[in-house]
Amino acid sequence: MSASLVLEQLLNGLQFGLMLFLLSAGLTLVLGMMDVVNLAQGSLYMLGAYFAATLGAATGSFWAGVVGAVLATAVVALLLEVSVLRRVYGADHLTQVLATFALILMFNEGVRMIWGPQALLLSVPPELARPVALLPGLSYSAYRLAIIATGAVLAVALFLFIHRTRVGMWVRAGASNRRMAQAMGVPIRRVFTGVFVVGAALSAVAGALLGPIFAVQVGMGEEVLILAFVVIVIGGIGSVKGSLVGSLLVGVVDTAGRAFLPAAFGQLFPPEVASNLGPAVASVLIYFLMALVLFLRPQGLFPVRG
Amino acid sequence: MRAPNLTLPQRAPTALPRTWSARAGAALAALAVVVFPPVAGALDWPYYLSLATKTLALVLAASALNLVLGYGGMVSFGHATYYGLGAYTVAILAREGVRQAWVVWPTSVLVAALAALAIGAVCLRTRGLYFIMITLAFAQMVYYGVVSFKQYGGQDGLRAPRTEFGFHLGDVELYYLALGLVWVSLWFLWRLVHARFGVALQAVRDNEVRAAAVGYPVYRIQLVAFVISGALTGLAGALMAHHTQYVSPAMLSWPQSGHFMFMVILGGVGRFWAGVLGAVAMTVLEELFHAATVFWQFYVGLALLAVVLLAPRGLAGLWERRR
Repeated sequence: MSASLVLEQLLNGLQFGLMLFLLSAGLTLVLGMMDVVNLAQGSLYMLGAYFAATLGAATGSFWAGVVGAVLATAVVALLLEVSVLRRVYGADHLTQVLATFALILMFNEGVRMIWGPQALLLSVPPELARPVALLPGLSYSAYRLAIIATGAVLAVALFLFIHRTRVGMWVRAGASNRRMAQAMGVPIRRVFTGVFVVGAALSAVAGALLGPIFAVQVGMGEEVLILAFVVIVIGGIGSVKGSLVGSLLVGVVDTAGRAFLPAAFGQLFPPEVASNLGPAVASVLIYFLMALVLFLRPQGLFPVRG
Repeated sequence: MRAPNLTLPQRAPTALPRTWSARAGAALAALAVVVFPPVAGALDWPYYLSLATKTLALVLAASALNLVLGYGGMVSFGHATYYGLGAYTVAILAREGVRQAWVVWPTSVLVAALAALAIGAVCLRTRGLYFIMITLAFAQMVYYGVVSFKQYGGQDGLRAPRTEFGFHLGDVELYYLALGLVWVSLWFLWRLVHARFGVALQAVRDNEVRAAAVGYPVYRIQLVAFVISGALTGLAGALMAHHTQYVSPAMLSWPQSGHFMFMVILGGVGRFWAGVLGAVAMTVLEELFHAATVFWQFYVGLALLAVVLLAPRGLAGLWERRR
């Protein structure tokens, strides 16, 4: 196992983690502020990818597709918030889980109606198609580097927004104690609509950028949604900092587990055991991590609510 | 500390409806499910017989989930795990050459119960949202764990030939077996929720702090309910494996958990007949939409959304309001 391989997998983990952050940042704030479980966040991620594929093909430019996808998803999110989510604020969690589960069914089938059951192909923009030599002996996909850069810029921007602006302060106040913030004059409803739409737009960025790496298909949202929930529970509900730390942790642990565990098990166990055990342990590693965190710190790593 | 004595009626209230017209309806329904196979056979409706057997398995699973969700107030988002494990036990034992019914069925239930014990013991340390998430996380863990075992089918699933009873287990026999299992399970659940245990479980759901202060062992009560629910869900899974004669990872997946929850809320969460009403209504809905359009899941979603937003107390709730 060479150093460059380890470095490459770390970069992959970083890239995956940053995309998870884009998905979980909105989700954790929605959960923290309004106590709403939104399973449909994964559908917004899926929509982002589909919009990007369609608009990219229509305009002939990948980047125009991404920008268009983000705007279109934000509009869908706004409609969703006004039409459905507003009705389940303050309802019990079972109601919210089921209402948004229904939305997933509708989004998945709706996408199948419009785009058909086949996976779409979204290709890497030509200017980023070639690998770059980072170090002697280590060349890395330019496209993945661009994803890392985009993710990092958005993460920093979100962080500054949440921690350095007045509206960001309202958001934090809302996540920590909604009713108190409301009593102090924070227009929670409007702030929340904004947070929901921005969160959806970030999810769409993740979906559009990951489109060329994973397949653009129905069901892509659910896989990543559950990972985002794992991130949120590890980080602590309502904490953007927690979701950043959780995302990177999950991204790196998952990527490294899949890359190195099967080989490591091969050295410890006989091959017939290792060939089963390696992938099995690698794929349950993050859930184990989450159970461990919940066991030791039931409120997550960065608890927000007092 | 001893749990306080509850004054309960000497006998559990009977499941029989109170009015004569309702009793006649119930008797008709009972007669209909018993004579259904010969009628279906005479009319040459093998599809509907098969659909009825499938519905019975779903009734069992939904009723088991209702114990936890409705009576216990524990929002478990991972009941597909016990369902899938019950089903996979049948398939894996058959693969290993064990097909005697008296070994396989109890093993299925036991495997599901043990899984529920282990998962419940950890999850019940958390509350609210975290409980939902961690039950989901464990379900995903089991899902990916099972999928990675290539010799048991991996993503493709596994054939599950029916177990051997010493007589031919055809579709009609399987229907009656399912009917018997559902009947016994519902009777057991009825007794359970009307016994002291069931009342204590509801007390914990309504006010955990007060129940603990009065002296109930909250954690133990919840865990026992969770394990019973898991065991019965495993039984439903074994039944479904006999019905489809095939198991797939989809039985362990989280949309499956979501569908069980949908059935319970459609029926009326916390009402005794929620599982029965919900599973039957869900099957009918799916069949209707399925016949009408390729994109039936869209309309199932729309129906679910309508129930959640407009009739949160489900079909049983609608019935109660009418009376």
